[in-house]
Amino acid sequence: MTGTIVIKNGSVYDPLNEVNGEKQDIFIKDGKVVSELSDADMKDAKVIDATGKTVMPGGVDSHSHIAGAKVNVGRMMRPEDGYKATMGKTAITHSGSGETVPSVYMEGYEYSQMGYTTVFEAAVPPMEARHTHEEMRSIPMLDMGGYLVLGNNWFMMRYLKEGDIDRAAAYVSWMMKTHKTYGIKCVNPAGVENWGWGKNVSSLDEANIHFEVTPREMIDGLTEVNEMLGMPMSMHLHANNLGHPGCYETTKESLKLSSSVKANQDMDIEWAETKIDPSRDQSVYLTHMQFNAFAGTSWRDFESGVKPLADYVNNADHVVIDSGCVPFGEATCMTGDGPAIHDVAVLTGGKWSNTDVELECGAGVCPFTYLKSNPVHSTQWAMGLECLLLIDDPWKTIMTTDSPNGGPFTKYPLVMTWLMSEKFRDQTFSECHKWANDRSTLGGVDREMSLYDIAILTRANTAKTIGMAHRKGSFGVGADGDVTIYDIDPSKIDTREYSDLINKFSTAEYTIKDGQVVCHNGEITMIPERRTYYTDVSVPDANEKEMLKDVQEWFRYYSHGFNHYPTPEKYLVNPTAIKVNTEQ
Amino acid sequence: MAEVILTVNTEIGIKVEADVITTDTFAGKNKSEIESLLVWQGPKQFPLSSFFDVEGDAGSSAEDTSIVVKGDTSRVKRIGEKMTAGKITVEGSVSMHVGSQMEGGELLVKGDADSWAGMEMKGGLLHIEGNVKDHVGCAYRGKWVGMSGGRIVVDGNANNNLGGGISGGEIVVGGNVGHYCGIRQNGGLIAVKGNAIRAVAAEMTAGTMVVNGTIERFSPGFEYMTNESDLKFDDIECPGNFKKFLGDNAITKRPKGTLYVNQAANMDL
Repeated sequence: MTGTIVIKNGSVYDPLNEVNGEKQDIFIKDGKVVSELSDADMKDAKVIDATGKTVMPGGVDSHSHIAGAKVNVGRMMRPEDGYKATMGKTAITHSGSGETVPSVYMEGYEYSQMGYTTVFEAAVPPMEARHTHEEMRSIPMLDMGGYLVLGNNWFMMRYLKEGDIDRAAAYVSWMMKTHKTYGIKCVNPAGVENWGWGKNVSSLDEANIHFEVTPREMIDGLTEVNEMLGMPMSMHLHANNLGHPGCYETTKESLKLSSSVKANQDMDIEWAETKIDPSRDQSVYLTHMQFNAFAGTSWRDFESGVKPLADYVNNADHVVIDSGCVPFGEATCMTGDGPAIHDVAVLTGGKWSNTDVELECGAGVCPFTYLKSNPVHSTQWAMGLECLLLIDDPWKTIMTTDSPNGGPFTKYPLVMTWLMSEKFRDQTFSECHKWANDRSTLGGVDREMSLYDIAILTRANTAKTIGMAHRKGSFGVGADGDVTIYDIDPSKIDTREYSDLINKFSTAEYTIKDGQVVCHNGEITMIPERRTYYTDVSVPDANEKEMLKDVQEWFRYYSHGFNHYPTPEKYLVNPTAIKVNTEQ
Repeated sequence: MAEVILTVNTEIGIKVEADVITTDTFAGKNKSEIESLLVWQGPKQFPLSSFFDVEGDAGSSAEDTSIVVKGDTSRVKRIGEKMTAGKITVEGSVSMHVGSQMEGGELLVKGDADSWAGMEMKGGLLHIEGNVKDHVGCAYRGKWVGMSGGRIVVDGNANNNLGGGISGGEIVVGGNVGHYCGIRQNGGLIAVKGNAIRAVAAEMTAGTMVVNGTIERFSPGFEYMTNESDLKFDDIECPGNFKKFLGDNAITKRPKGTLYVNQAANMDL
């Protein structure tokens, strides 16, 4: 029977069920976790003996740039990224190439080799949704979805300036369905619009050109709309002033804006059974905190501003962050924050690319190499780890590299190991610039994360934060049968032997998706079915009608027709709609 | 030093990716093991013996191994790629990527070479007695870090983008070069005995270039400093009178690149 499997006697880490390394058997039937299998089912079930191994739910990445226009621009801009990182084809897999911007097939295989089964694309410009879906349907091995970029959208800016929350909500609902996207992403709100005029905004209260809307109004409005609709995930924020020394203060102010907003998740779905409430608590999900936590006033007195931000998050209960760690080496910076990428390109003096997406947003791409010899890069390495180690409650943190901005996702194993091993951090301190120690507090941190913490940061909390915990990130009955088995014996872990941990995290012994072994010791064994998630949000018909009148009127500013705007379902593999706000 | 002789035994159609022909891969292998090394030709893999007769066994290390390649190898790519020691002698011409990413040892090509000879080379000596095409000792496409060490000697002419992004090592060209010679040079030495066309040393930030012949169109971002004669860079000698320029001001405010141009051959400068 396909999708029926038993994983016996492994040390299970399932934080949503408070299972911390206990020896348990995991039963999966027809691709879903069940409490046990009947004798008849057992006869046909595949059995894996996981004695002395670490068993976790399949990895869930809540923020990665792996599909869409800017990723593809990265590929086109960087032939040099491909020629040394290649993967040959096998009987069932395609060939591929690329270190920081791999080709679509290779992205899926590489994630699967590390034990990941679900990845969400971090930024989908509405007009590029078709392109993004075309890539997502070609990425094998992974369940996927994408966040829609709305922080500089003309319609949103107009509605929020006018304070017309009902129509703003109707617009968001329509846009999610139209582009088959999952949640609200807000990138440098109000600032990217200004970039069209060669400018940016530098504070929360600086109104932008023409629309005269401020970042504060955009963040407030998008958060309100998000919770009013009951979206699966909270508003996903890439704060203003990113990448500028001193930006941590803007970030802190931005986080405060949502402090009084109550999280409201209103999804019509069946929840997997979990011990901990799997619905989200946060009203803002801050992304790549490291890039938003620069202190100092210039590159000369640059230092980490993670501590004050972490202090704030420690005392707040409405924030979840992902780290945006910097594991050193090659990266390709890509973001919807066009002005921030321009600043990076001025620093490197190398090639860069910039795009304006008509009425919606923008994007930039710039290759980057993080060097251990560079004082700022070394500090950034320390800062990424500070983000995860200084915030006490792991349920407020998610591990990412903002792939490929801080480094490619293939370096997650390094980050996990730095979190678990002080010895490995000390080793890196000894290899990199002294600023890493002098300009951050990481050197004084002796916290070493457990496998339980790692499971929270890479599975349980990612799923919970983005509203996927109803089926991902746990072994609760009814959850998807996604499993990672690492060849790590928790009773024998020695964090001083860190290179062993890196290897074990890099290549999962088994990656199981929907109850089927899809990757074994790095070898892709089958190409599974997968799904694309999007939100189907209901709003009152009258609101939608009025909003559509506005949209059609303003559509004359677009270079293409209204009828060509939507992304049809045929662009998606197994389109899986999550109904939201169904009371309407 | 143990010698392995490879002789082409067939007419080669689609180009062969022969990155296994290096002293490092051969080291420790006997004749039959060398014969069964696999090479790609288009979408298919074949043993080396499908294209070459093999004589002799390799030494125990790359250093102890010498390879001689005979016959028409003008459609054989990547000979000596990434080699670290020992010696390879090719009696005829070679296709692309000869000595690409080479780290040490000695590679002699008695005929011509196609593009990408010594691409991103780190060490060793690559000597081509004939002509070469584009991108000698250059960075790969999209990159600005080219050759960083070792020496490339071309007795004949070279085409475009020679030494692009070179940061160390030396390239000596006996004949002429095409366009963009030493573009983005940021270290090392390029010495051209013959003429160059245009964009010589364009976007140079550091390093040294000598052009002994005529530059057809001189790069605008260079500033005249002084005259010097009979240049000598360790064992590389460039006799004659030279105008010394500093540049390229088009790319940096504080350029440290030095461009020497033969005075007599460039009277209009």
